[in-house]
Amino acid sequence: MNKFVLTLYITGQTPKSQRAVANLHRICEDDLGGQYEMRVIDVLDHPQLAEDDKIIATPTLIKELPPPLRRIIGDLSNTEKVLLGLDLQPTEGFQGIVVESKT
Amino acid sequence: MNERVADISKIPTGIEGFDFLASGGLPVGRTTLVSGTAGSAKTVFAVQFLAEGIRKFDQPGVFLTFEETPGDIRLNMASLGWDIAAFEKAGKWLFVDAAPQPGEESVVTGTYDLGALLARIEHAVTRISAQRVAVDSLGAIFTQFADANLVRGELFRIGSALKQMGVTAVMTAERTEEYGEISRYGVEEFVTDNVIILRNVLESQKRRRTMEILKFRGTLHHKGEYPFTVMPGEGIIAIPLAAIQLKQKSSYVRISSGTTELDRMCGGGFFRDSIILVSGATGCGKTLLTTEFIGGGATQGERCLLFAFEESRDQLFRNASGWGKDFAAMEDAGLLQVISVYPETASLEDHLISMKSAIQTFKPNRVAVDSLSALERVSTSKGFREFVIGLTSFIKHQEVGGMFTATTPGLMGGESVTEAHISTITDSIILLRYVEMFGEMRCGLTVLKMRGSMHDKEIREFTIDGHGMHIHQPFRNVTGILSGQPRHVTRDEVERMGGMFQED
Repeated sequence: MNKFVLTLYITGQTPKSQRAVANLHRICEDDLGGQYEMRVIDVLDHPQLAEDDKIIATPTLIKELPPPLRRIIGDLSNTEKVLLGLDLQPTEGFQGIVVESKT
Repeated sequence: MNERVADISKIPTGIEGFDFLASGGLPVGRTTLVSGTAGSAKTVFAVQFLAEGIRKFDQPGVFLTFEETPGDIRLNMASLGWDIAAFEKAGKWLFVDAAPQPGEESVVTGTYDLGALLARIEHAVTRISAQRVAVDSLGAIFTQFADANLVRGELFRIGSALKQMGVTAVMTAERTEEYGEISRYGVEEFVTDNVIILRNVLESQKRRRTMEILKFRGTLHHKGEYPFTVMPGEGIIAIPLAAIQLKQKSSYVRISSGTTELDRMCGGGFFRDSIILVSGATGCGKTLLTTEFIGGGATQGERCLLFAFEESRDQLFRNASGWGKDFAAMEDAGLLQVISVYPETASLEDHLISMKSAIQTFKPNRVAVDSLSALERVSTSKGFREFVIGLTSFIKHQEVGGMFTATTPGLMGGESVTEAHISTITDSIILLRYVEMFGEMRCGLTVLKMRGSMHDKEIREFTIDGHGMHIHQPFRNVTGILSGQPRHVTRDEVERMGGMFQED
């Protein structure tokens, strides 16, 4: 499995931010098999980084690697959607549907 | 009321004409919504607000874009004369780029807010100590995020944060109709203090741009729609026509019309700062009268400026030499400038602005426009009237004499549309008419009106030769010249009519 490089932007230590961080930790451990590198950036401390990455909404998760680059906006409460955003198949059945639609 | 007005100070935008309409500029430390349909120059307004702030007042500005990329804006605005890249290099301009990223998909899961955007704006404002912020355009952020209510709430938060930062901001928003609700997505609900509407109305196949200050809470401004134009190298120029005050000075000094006999008919010449309208059918001597007017000025060492909208420079010079006037020599002596353009090359607003700047540069004593009717072709009647008012009042403020010509549609008489629009604005009206007499066309001239002076009321015959215009005796035994139906009366009848009004 490829290694995931992820950056999570949050604004301050709000409940929403904390929820997003916790959700991301859980998904990384459960679904990425520990193959990940993760940064959490608070835009209040590093606004220039947010500017460079053109972050508008928070929380925003950026998947830098493996390509393609993806942004996932929100507190990551829906695991299936997050995995879809990370180009991972959430379930076996779901993968089947994707394969079918591709052929 | 007066105290309250004094409470809210204004910041001049630097947009020509607008600051006058806004009685000083935009309210300091507040947000102003600039709303308009597609192509109504909203982005230009937003960019100009920042650019002029930097150029004229050395106030740094932050530009938040939701729609075009900074690269596109730099490129598009270069043609209007603003070098944004140079402003950026000087640390006076900062972009906050919130334009949609092409080819990048984003997934939304769970709740979010626009806290990052707010943090970036605050960061940018602090970094260059910005005093001005422009946001372009609010509608585009609604297309990036599905949850309109959330976006509205967040924009409200950004609006109040801007207020707390003490910056003066301009936000643009889209409208779907020229005369309908203020903006799409109801964004005016959170920037309620000040609203400006830019319009780009299609009227009789011609585009007409206007701006209206809908509200400026707690402060004064001029009401109603005012035309504006976007000029290359200048940006938006508003034309505060209806707000012009009638306070020009008026002079008793007479100037020569160039023809001694006409001077006599006018009681000694035209007043120095008066506007004279010359009306007549095609070919009956309007350009000649203009040429005489210029010749009369030049012989007294006055500077004359001629705007020609019907004939080319060469044609005018040839005509003038046929009437014994040497335009080339006058030009060499620096007494004459001829500007010859086709009316169709620009909109009327643009013509007005370039004419004003030509007058300011050349500083003439006399201005002639030949002919106004040609300009009427390129505008709506309302636009034309505003143009004439704008031009007349500008000329009068410069305290120079002006001569305008207007062409009547019929050969024999009647009045032109131009005349109907502007006759009350002009100080003097001279009518030129064809008179048919015994199978021959002759030319007649009369001074119909002359404000503030006695004048000859007769209709006189005039002839044209290699020395110009010669005015002769009145048409004694013809009636109905002005109505276009000349009728001969016998000498007996003239005497009888005269006798009827004589007191014994």
